[in-house]
Amino acid sequence: MLYSRVAIFGGVYSNHLALRAAIEDARRRGVQKLFCLGDLGAFGPNPDRVFPLLIDAGVVTMQGNYDNSIGNDLPDCQCGYTDPADNYYARLSYQYTYHKTSPRWRAWLKSLPSQIRFELKSDLAGIRSELPNPQPWRVLCCHGSPRKINEFLRESTTPTHLLEKFCDDFDADVIVATHTGLPWMRRLSRGRLFVNCGVLGRPANDGSPLVGYTILDADDPNLATYVPLAYDHESLAAEMRAEQLPEPFVQTILTGWWTTCLEILPARERARGKW
Amino acid sequence: MSLPVQISVPARDAPRIRLDPFDHLWFQVTGTLCNLACTHCFISCSPSNRSLGFLDYEYVIRTLHDSREFAVKEYYFTGGEPFMHPRLLDMLEQTLAIGLATVMTNGTLFRDSTIQRLARMRDASIYSLEMRVSIDGPDAATNDPIRGQGTFARAMAGVKKLVDAGFLPIITMAQTWDHAESESVYRKMRQALLELGYLRPRVKMLPSIRLGAEVARSRGYRDDERVTPQMLQGYDTSNLICSNSRIVSDRGVHVCPILIEQPDSILGQTLKEAASRDYPLRHQACYTCWLHGAICTNASTAAQGREVAVSAASARTQTQDLSL
Repeated sequence: MLYSRVAIFGGVYSNHLALRAAIEDARRRGVQKLFCLGDLGAFGPNPDRVFPLLIDAGVVTMQGNYDNSIGNDLPDCQCGYTDPADNYYARLSYQYTYHKTSPRWRAWLKSLPSQIRFELKSDLAGIRSELPNPQPWRVLCCHGSPRKINEFLRESTTPTHLLEKFCDDFDADVIVATHTGLPWMRRLSRGRLFVNCGVLGRPANDGSPLVGYTILDADDPNLATYVPLAYDHESLAAEMRAEQLPEPFVQTILTGWWTTCLEILPARERARGKW
Repeated sequence: MSLPVQISVPARDAPRIRLDPFDHLWFQVTGTLCNLACTHCFISCSPSNRSLGFLDYEYVIRTLHDSREFAVKEYYFTGGEPFMHPRLLDMLEQTLAIGLATVMTNGTLFRDSTIQRLARMRDASIYSLEMRVSIDGPDAATNDPIRGQGTFARAMAGVKKLVDAGFLPIITMAQTWDHAESESVYRKMRQALLELGYLRPRVKMLPSIRLGAEVARSRGYRDDERVTPQMLQGYDTSNLICSNSRIVSDRGVHVCPILIEQPDSILGQTLKEAASRDYPLRHQACYTCWLHGAICTNASTAAQGREVAVSAASARTQTQDLSL
């Protein structure tokens, strides 16, 4: 499929309010297609509220490790959180999400594709001078990395030479991933690009309750733009409390600071947070 | 010299592990030379052990360059004590230009100028600089019998210097206590670090590796402690360090940091040679890796998570409540 302007959503984490706001926001910005790169559950309340929104908006949805676990009735989320502090909350969240996801949606999660490919091309006659020929950008969407669904590619731990190899080995000009919860981008050789599109499910550990997503636009010289997104986070927090989800999760939604799943973070990303 | 390791199965009978992906590259920069002589050291490092020598700076830089072909993700610097190498800081600076660097240290040799330079290179790089400090107990009574008299105080002083300079060091404790005490030890170490002014302590517990000096201190491996082909059925071999790492010493490229003194651990003289050869899990130390996962790298593993459960989470929650 060929597009010129698309929106890419990362992990939803049961945040149906942020998802609704993102769909509306992306449509206002005139995108042709919406994509979601998986991790539809975890952390937030009432997972079943997410799926109808995706279906009704025609969002092309991919399977993340969380969806793979829930869909296949696995005992944990496969996030690789095994430090005791991280694991305690991860287990709570997974048990809640699993039991609150109805069987019909679990079957749907199991059926989702593990990667998405499409092409991005400008409607204008312009030629990108970096490329030898005018051609579409080959975009590869994956959840964690092109080689592994739950591999964390974080800005401070991912060498440029690894990203270049991914583009070479997986025949892609643009690689988009989510999974880490923290948006970032890196320009590569020959005009190629790696993008972590961020997540809708919880803030980016920066002290702001905003979440975000990414727009790819073939007419934009930068190609990719991260779009911060406001939504009714106070209502989500109230819903989480009504569902008796852990207070540290609620605090993250309200304050924008991660309170859990911290031990797995490398030094740079950990230092930027509050906890 | 360390004691010889019992090789429990012939290589042809041992399950073989392929390197895929080549994620972690280790440098044994100071060989087996260390300013301490810990009684549990699995390669018996000490101020007089020169069985493995220092790495040449130019060689490290060439190897860093070569590693890019394999898309290595993370770089680890160990010894002995890496800060005894006169060019360690230069090596770290070069590494941080291409990827994440982790230094495993006993924390006792930090000059102020060293800390300042580490902080500058940390701030100048997009990649993380991880400092891992080995302290084997939450107090001198537990730590000093292993690491030497006064080492707890010296290492904690080193941690404080790092913390004051904006680092978030990972404190690793090698377990020398009973399993039942692990929760309590973990909590006490967090408390000791909080009292030092380290408000977000990162603590990892490591199992005992029954090689080298540790054999005399406690025991070697029992006969039943080895990896059989049956034990790999249904097992995720990405837990094993030899599936994702190689280590460079002055003798060549070895399969992993734990087996570095074993003659059969050298898989080649170049990264390419060592990366292309798989490894038979014939040593009893492979059992520790099988049981606990790749303890050497930064991320914790499932088995380590089982050591302490709820108390760690509640310990941090309590800290947060105090600070809010």
